[in-house]
Amino acid sequence: MDLFLQQVFNGIMFGSTYAIVALGLTLVMGILNIPNFAHGHLYMLGGYLLFFFASTIGLGYWLGMIVSVAAMGVVGVIMERIVYRPLNDQPHINAFIAAVGSLLFLESFALVVWGSQGLRIPNPHPQIIEIMGITMSIQRLLVIFGAIALILGLHLFMKKTILGITIEAVAQNREGAMLTGINVNRVSSMTFAISAGTAAVAASLLTPIFMLSPSMGAILGMKAFVIVILGGMGSIPGAIFGGFLLGLIEALGGGYISAAYKDVFAFGALILILSIKPTGLFGQKEV
Amino acid sequence: MFTKPIHTKLLYLAILAAALLLPWYVPDAYIFQIVTMSVLYAIAASGMNLILGFTGQVTLAHGAFFGMGAYGVAIMTKAGIVFWLALPVSALIAAFIGLLIGLPTLRTRGAYFAIVTLCFGVIVWIVSGNWIELTGGHNGIFGIPRPSPIPVPFFGQIEFFTQTGMYYLALAVLLLVLFALYRLVYSVFGLTFMAVRNNEPLADSVGINTYATKLVSFVAGCFIAGLAGGMYAAMMGAVSPSAAGYMLTFNFLIFVILGGMATLPGPVVGAFAIPVLMEFMQFLDDYRMLIFGALLIMVIIYFPMGLVGGLRRLNQKVAAWRQQKFPESDHASR
Amino acid sequence: MLRVESVTKRFQGLVAVQDLSFEIIKGEILAIIGPNGAGKSTVFNLITGTLKPTSGQIFINELDITGARPHQVASKGISRTFQTTSLFDQLRVIDNLMIGYKWRTNLGFWNTLFHTPRWKAHQAETYQRAMETLDFLGLAEKHDQFVPALSQEEQKRLAIGIALVSKPHILLLDEPTGGLIQEETDRVTDLIRRVREQGTTVCLIEHKMQMIMGLADRIVVLNYGKKISEGAPAEVKSDQAVIEAYLGGEVHA
Ligand SMILES: Nc1ncnc2c1ncn2[C@@H]1O[C@H](COP(=O)(O)OP(=O)(O)O)[C@@H](O)[C@H]1O
Ligand SMILES: [Mg+2]
Repeated sequence: MDLFLQQVFNGIMFGSTYAIVALGLTLVMGILNIPNFAHGHLYMLGGYLLFFFASTIGLGYWLGMIVSVAAMGVVGVIMERIVYRPLNDQPHINAFIAAVGSLLFLESFALVVWGSQGLRIPNPHPQIIEIMGITMSIQRLLVIFGAIALILGLHLFMKKTILGITIEAVAQNREGAMLTGINVNRVSSMTFAISAGTAAVAASLLTPIFMLSPSMGAILGMKAFVIVILGGMGSIPGAIFGGFLLGLIEALGGGYISAAYKDVFAFGALILILSIKPTGLFGQKEV
Repeated sequence: MFTKPIHTKLLYLAILAAALLLPWYVPDAYIFQIVTMSVLYAIAASGMNLILGFTGQVTLAHGAFFGMGAYGVAIMTKAGIVFWLALPVSALIAAFIGLLIGLPTLRTRGAYFAIVTLCFGVIVWIVSGNWIELTGGHNGIFGIPRPSPIPVPFFGQIEFFTQTGMYYLALAVLLLVLFALYRLVYSVFGLTFMAVRNNEPLADSVGINTYATKLVSFVAGCFIAGLAGGMYAAMMGAVSPSAAGYMLTFNFLIFVILGGMATLPGPVVGAFAIPVLMEFMQFLDDYRMLIFGALLIMVIIYFPMGLVGGLRRLNQKVAAWRQQKFPESDHASR
Repeated sequence: MLRVESVTKRFQGLVAVQDLSFEIIKGEILAIIGPNGAGKSTVFNLITGTLKPTSGQIFINELDITGARPHQVASKGISRTFQTTSLFDQLRVIDNLMIGYKWRTNLGFWNTLFHTPRWKAHQAETYQRAMETLDFLGLAEKHDQFVPALSQEEQKRLAIGIALVSKPHILLLDEPTGGLIQEETDRVTDLIRRVREQGTTVCLIEHKMQMIMGLADRIVVLNYGKKISEGAPAEVKSDQAVIEAYLGGEVHA
């Protein structure tokens, strides 16, 4: 029972990370119809920037987090500007290839700057508490509550601000939005900023618990794709629900079935579901 | 209707001669090994180009099919099966698994196909590192025998214990693959691949079974990848999960794109030029993927047909300029 | 020759085509007209298998093709063009036509790989038929050009050629002169007449009434997915229902 609850707790923690990473990806895919294969690598870079600002520069955890999230927003804007915008009216496969290029670039950038050795930042909240036989550190709880706060904040942003509403309009119908005079380029820029920023928030929450490594973004990014496709491209509730679901499945599957093949479940599920329904579970939109 | 001008043919002949004579002017064993690897990469990348370049389906599982060929030959030859049987069987296994995966996933389109193949590639990579009984886990499989000699009447036999023997074997397979691809691509049948890439609904409406066309292209590409992987195992004498990994897929992608997507020479040029260039720029080793990642983006934006496409465009420009300047001499240049 | 029998197509709530029946008769030019959004293009998509009808059936010479896939319908001799000109724009003009002829041949994987005698014969036949069609279209000199180098009218002609090269029994044209000026329209109209003279049955969707009245043998009028009139041009023109549908008399489609 204790093991079970412990796995559920871990599942929720990972799930909340998956949810925000997938959230950023679903926005970009909904807006641009481009699979940003480098999304997981934005998460990775966010983690390293936190290390840089919090530890190397010495701003401390919270201030470092704010600065790194802002910096990642800028990275997102730059990426949209120089990688994806020039390919807007090229055949789609060119954008996929550019996405792979970005992924290789970012991973090797981290490798060159910070090396392949795992890096850590000191855990700002290492205190352990125990509730109903589950051990949890404050930082782990912070991951969950931070993610929930971010999701709520993003929800308010999408529903209550003009920019948010515009983003959703473009995600739903790009041509229609263009006809009503929306500046689609500006919306794309902002979406990339938000997408990279949320990835950096996820990384900031998780970095004190796990080691940083240049390759950590690859698998996470792919899982975000699994979630986005299964939850429906551009669907925010789909990304949140899918994120938590995948976190739980993995924690329980990894704990009870096989830890080595933990990642296979998610990818296998995707292949299976796309085989049965080629446009995804809720798919209307095709790329 | 698909013929090439004379000077292009002469260029290809010169390259062929240079390739055949290579063991005489590259005595350095290490460089020679790299060139031989390039031949294998050129084979695999040409297979990827069939799927990605000509048919427009972004497969990101190509390394996995290379790995199936490699592990297939490794496992079979260690079990005592002769290489000459193990190689085609391994390639057929890769093609068969390609068929099994292609049947459901080729119903997806565009980005979905790219993601689903990437997922499959990663699964194969994880399995190759964890299915210890079959693959030897992370250590892989060692001591794979070289191909047995082929007896030739009157001449004795062709041996493969030397690097030179393996080089010629790889070169022969590359030429065979290129010859087959040449026939497929420069034909009405090959046009159907490009029709699918260019405009699938229209292809459908003129009676082309686009799903079957994609499947043929995918399975043929996987077969070629398996062939290259099988020879890799025999040449290296060992395989490990990195021979089935997604980094290998990305390497193939780099060869195809930088060399020239949807051109026959492109992947070959990429597979030779890039590893050899890297050897001469050892000091850049840490920056390898930094450079290639950036190049991939730049090339796809500014030269979507890569080096070969760029050269062709230049060639056309020069021809047009010459025709303008010296209208008389045009006949001679053809 | 081709019969549509009480076909209905629903898109989540919206009824695009409702209980529609009509027939295309061998050798005729049939026009389908109606206001924008009347469901004309949807009818073509239903016939060619791009969309599946919600209910109803479609027959070619008494053969039920309801629910067949587009490439299967095409290989029954039903060719079509699309409303927005659709071409293989990365390829040359001649390639476009050879692709259109492919299903008539045996140019598959193995025949191509081994250059069998059958391959040689069919490859030559395909080339010849493509050149013949280019002559018919008046595009012979352009055979080696890439598609983007063609004018808009030439592209429209080529689109018809891709559908025509395989000698279909029925040619379905979706607004073949859309976006063309009068002079170009006349030339394309003339091309369509010559297609029929060759023995191909034509069914076309058009907006230009003047052109339709001179070209079509019969007209089917759609409004909100329903057939409101059918008959010879003169009959349709004076049909009260048609005049009402087009609000106030003047028929402009
Ligand atoms: N694939 C589709 N999905 C949803 N609605 C569609 C689809 N295709 C057409 N429609 C709708 O069906 C109606 C008829 O469209 P269409 O056949 O294109 O009209 P027409 O060609 O007569 O102008 C329109 O309201 C259109 O919006
Ligand atoms: Mg229409």
